[in-house]
Amino acid sequence: MERCSPMQPLPREPLPDDVAVRVRGVTKEFGSGGSLTKALRGVDLDVPYGEMLLLAGPSGCGKTTLVSIVAGTLEPTAGEVVVLGQDLVAMSSGGRVRFRRDNVGFVFQAYNLLPSLTAAENAAVPLMIAGHPRAQAVEAACEVLEHLGLGDRLSRLPAEMSGGQQQRVAIARAIVHHPRLLVCDEPTSALDAENGRITMELIAELAVQPDRAVIVVTHDSRVFSFADRIATMEDGRIESVAIGEHGG
Amino acid sequence: MLWIAWKMLVGNRVKYLGIIFGVLFAALLIAQQSSIFCGLMFLTVSQIRDVEGPAIWVMDKNVEFIDDIKPLPDTDLFRVKGVPGVDWAVRFYKGLARARMEEGDFHQMILLGLDDATLIGAPEGLFMGALSDLRKPDAVIMDDAGYKQIWPGEPFRLGRTFEMNDRRAVLVGITKASRTFQTFPIVYTRYSSAVLYAPRERKVLSFVLAQPRPGLAAEEVCQEITRQTGLQALTRDEFMEKTIRHFLAKTGIPVNFAITVLLGFIVGTAIAGQTFYLFTVENIRQFGALKAMGTSNWTILMMVLAQGAQVGVIGYGLGVGLAALFGWSSRGLTKLAFFMPWQVLVMTAIAVFLIVLLASLLSIRRVLVVDPAIVFRG
Ligand SMILES: Nc1ncnc2c1ncn2[C@@H]1O[C@H](COP(=O)(O)OP(=O)(O)OP(=O)(O)O)[C@@H](O)[C@H]1O
Ligand SMILES: [Mg+2]
Repeated sequence: MERCSPMQPLPREPLPDDVAVRVRGVTKEFGSGGSLTKALRGVDLDVPYGEMLLLAGPSGCGKTTLVSIVAGTLEPTAGEVVVLGQDLVAMSSGGRVRFRRDNVGFVFQAYNLLPSLTAAENAAVPLMIAGHPRAQAVEAACEVLEHLGLGDRLSRLPAEMSGGQQQRVAIARAIVHHPRLLVCDEPTSALDAENGRITMELIAELAVQPDRAVIVVTHDSRVFSFADRIATMEDGRIESVAIGEHGG
Repeated sequence: MLWIAWKMLVGNRVKYLGIIFGVLFAALLIAQQSSIFCGLMFLTVSQIRDVEGPAIWVMDKNVEFIDDIKPLPDTDLFRVKGVPGVDWAVRFYKGLARARMEEGDFHQMILLGLDDATLIGAPEGLFMGALSDLRKPDAVIMDDAGYKQIWPGEPFRLGRTFEMNDRRAVLVGITKASRTFQTFPIVYTRYSSAVLYAPRERKVLSFVLAQPRPGLAAEEVCQEITRQTGLQALTRDEFMEKTIRHFLAKTGIPVNFAITVLLGFIVGTAIAGQTFYLFTVENIRQFGALKAMGTSNWTILMMVLAQGAQVGVIGYGLGVGLAALFGWSSRGLTKLAFFMPWQVLVMTAIAVFLIVLLASLLSIRRVLVVDPAIVFRG
């Protein structure tokens, strides 16, 4: 992999410590009474900067719930969540919206591209949300897409692209605004082995930066080799944390 | 972000056209029906409009509208003339006469009697004959629509005679006249002839037409006339307004049109609202993704409103345009009245605004409550 990173890390202020994500005693309950679901039953987790953490475990064990809380789209029932030095639990909901806008990149299992926007326009969306002029945003997005090998697909609509290509557009969208936290929920599960491998390579290569933490939720044991660490969940708890092939 | 909203909307062609159709349907129905209604109301005042010279109409104090004739004694003309501020005043006769044609058939006619000396209130659209011929004995002028009604298919010909109240009338001119609500032929003659053509009554003076002295406001002179004579004196505009008010209040016409307009409003709202809602639901994951990526609820709200505004503007333009086209293409048909004043455009715009607002409400609620976490669910 000779390609150099397209996104030079922006100069950042020195961080209070080297932990990007600190989760302590987090629980999450859905519903109430008879239909109460305890999705998380007390999770502790640290993710340092520059690391790619894999979150694995059986279906329904709470992986999506946990990353949603870390990304600031879901509030925990109890516990402490400090991400990039900011206390998400104490934050107002408007504050969380701005936090996500400025700091979080998302890659979803279902891509969630806007069907009537081209690849370049889709990848530019986070910059537009942040208030950048459209032309400038699209230009920056084109650059990222070119580095992801989609230089000849810039003006394609999602429907005109394969799943792997769409997921690459989604990765471009996730990193175009230099977020310091990247959250990917099952990014490869809709892809075949080859596209899954390419996708994970791109995430490992482009997303993992010294000032950025990456959390990838996956079922897919084929992608374990890309991880620094692998956290395995079971029934709302983190059962074990192992060093991945990449880590050390 | 509004650009993204616009792309989302036009990207979904079927829904986009569906919403526009709903708005268009409502705008068309509302604008078209209101214009026909205005056209009808316009007809009711056509005889006031056709008398262009004098600014003031004086009449019995109980007169409600132009066709509501309550004759005055002839001496009232002189009482009006004597009011300070009145520059001049003339008599004006308006009534219905039964005419017996040479062929032996009878026709009801609107009989207008003009001041003998000045012929004030004379038709403006004379296209056959000369106005001065009205001074000849028994001379009358008829409107072209009336002529065609009495003698259908026959060419215009002067010199035709008929009888009213057993007196001979000779056609000396044919004029264009605004269509009236009653749709009877209109016959113009001198005041002195008109009172002979009309069934004999003790009082015959229908209206006194007056003009204020230069520099005086017609409204003030009207007040002065009323104070001094006890008669009802109205400016031309006031009389039109009073006549229209009468038709609004005392006939079922407005109710019928209001029902159709309301129906257009409801059906349009239903179509536009339902399609808009389906569009939003179909795009709910995209909205959720935008929210997850840090779009505020406020921005999301503006996006939905912008989408509504866009279909509103297009639907309004097309609807009003089609209504105008309808009016234009039906201009030759004498049966249909069509008049689209700016008030109709404003009213339709307000209706469309409400439709779009109502149609957006459900969608707005839906996108505001959507949990950004849904985007993680498969
Ligand atoms: N919004 C919700 N309302 C009610 N229950 C929920 C909600 N979201 C998650 N749950 C429940 O919480 C538990 C954990 O769900 P979660 O989606 O986090 O699991 P997961 O590990 O991501 O599973 P999968 O591998 O299938 O994606 C499940 O039992 C799920 O049914
Ligand atoms: Mg999940």
